[in-house]
Amino acid sequence: MATIMTLLRRELGAYFMTPVAWVFIVIFLMLSSGMTFFFGGFYERGIADLEPFFRFLPWLYLFLVPAIAMRLWAEERKSGTIELLLTLPITPAEAVVAKYLAAWVFIGIALALTFPLWITVAVLGDPDNGAILTAYLGSWLLAGSYLAIGSCLSALTRNQVVAFILAVVVCFSILLIGVPTVVEALHGLLPSAFADGIAALSLLARFDAFSRGVIDFRDLAYFVLVIVFWLIANRIVIELRKAG
Amino acid sequence: MIEVKSLTRRFGPFTAVDRLTFSVGEGEVLGFLGPNGAGKSTTMKMLTGFLEPSSGTATILGHDIRNDRLAAQREIGYLPEGAPLYGEMTVLQFLEFIAEVRGFHGPERGAKVAAAMGRLQLDDVAGQTIETLSKGYKRRVGLAQAILHDPRVLILDEPTDGLDPNQKHEVRRLIGEMAAGRIIIISTHILEEVHAVCTRAMIIAAGRLVADDTPDGLARLSRYYGALTFQVAAPQQVASDLASLAAAGAVEVSGSEVTVFPKDGGGDLLSAVQQRIAERGWQVSGLRLENGRLDEVFRVITRKAAGHPEPIKEAA
Repeated sequence: MATIMTLLRRELGAYFMTPVAWVFIVIFLMLSSGMTFFFGGFYERGIADLEPFFRFLPWLYLFLVPAIAMRLWAEERKSGTIELLLTLPITPAEAVVAKYLAAWVFIGIALALTFPLWITVAVLGDPDNGAILTAYLGSWLLAGSYLAIGSCLSALTRNQVVAFILAVVVCFSILLIGVPTVVEALHGLLPSAFADGIAALSLLARFDAFSRGVIDFRDLAYFVLVIVFWLIANRIVIELRKAG
Repeated sequence: MIEVKSLTRRFGPFTAVDRLTFSVGEGEVLGFLGPNGAGKSTTMKMLTGFLEPSSGTATILGHDIRNDRLAAQREIGYLPEGAPLYGEMTVLQFLEFIAEVRGFHGPERGAKVAAAMGRLQLDDVAGQTIETLSKGYKRRVGLAQAILHDPRVLILDEPTDGLDPNQKHEVRRLIGEMAAGRIIIISTHILEEVHAVCTRAMIIAAGRLVADDTPDGLARLSRYYGALTFQVAAPQQVASDLASLAAAGAVEVSGSEVTVFPKDGGGDLLSAVQQRIAERGWQVSGLRLENGRLDEVFRVITRKAAGHPEPIKEAA
């Protein structure tokens, strides 16, 4: 545990020692609030909630989270520091968890910095604060799922661009199977139970529940399972392909 | 004690390290020699727990690298090839990170970092970002992280590669200082380094151990061992004259240099040649008795292992 904390601190520190953190935070805040106001019709709706903000978040994260995840392992491979890291008395599992948590905390910090939106609705109206908090939790879990996927795929290659593209494609696919039009198309092609099964795997439906302010134990378990599954896969990839 | 037992690593159909077996004791500085791609780095990667062996194993001070990897890694200080480092950190931050991972906290951490920085003269650059440092400094940071926890086993992959002569000298001095009571394994393809720092040298070619001896013992395998070389004005003439000596075997000429090889059971070559020089009144300069040429041994042995058994004609 102490090892994980040491690694986590180093990783998190590394974000702020390079322009990565600042660029990410600024871009994330600009795009998320831009979408909320221009596409979401934040004021025009006249409803005191953050639905316009959370509606676009899965699509914004689709590109921004893989941009954070792509460097997690590909960069270690490219620079050779993976050899330094894994010959220290650290298990691969500890390294995977620590690097993942550092990135997840970092994304959480960026997400928390959108708090002025919450203040805005609180000043203008009387929002359901519990629902907003739940939606924030859902957003963080969604980002965590993307991140686990991206981290695992980043371990496959030493090329960050390849890692980014792989992560976007996989995350997009998992998102897409929950979009209503795609679900309808699936029903046309596949037996109904099967199509429902696939649609149930989508991140989007789970996220929607959270963004409406509903915490269902099954949705929570789903996110946790996705994250754990991809991190275990990540560890296996590291074990199998340490060199190269 | 490091014991390596039938250590093997395959990459697909390619066998990088082939049933390597040896042991190294305390106080030894073992040099791994071999052409590029011979399996030196792969062996080191397995000993340090980075790569899993395909078969066989090794124990580091009794800790098996397959079943007890973390315990083995705690005993080892390792400098990977090219000294990879986290470039965005400062020297101080980086060494503090290494110290913490090695289990040192609070004042103990500070003391370990200060000692390692002092030893490698890094105090002046403590606050600098690693990626802005020169190659020599980066290598020193890499060495500092390797020795930080005062390990009983040091494994250094090409520690002097790419350094200038002064820096090479410094690194060799450091290795010499650290040797007492430790096991040190270094890899290199610089042969002078073997004489300078190693107590024992192993030549690895095509993944196999092909020679294992002291550096002097290896040099003795050279056909130059015990030969006489000197410069003279009319080398061809001198050479044919010397060939008639009972103590002389082959005589070779290269430029103005004549090399006389001893004949087995031929007696004292040096006095025989000196006598002949005096009799004929030749003007000879730079007469020297050869100690054997490590580079020639290296070439002959590694060529043989690669399937070119004929000895290579030496061009001096």
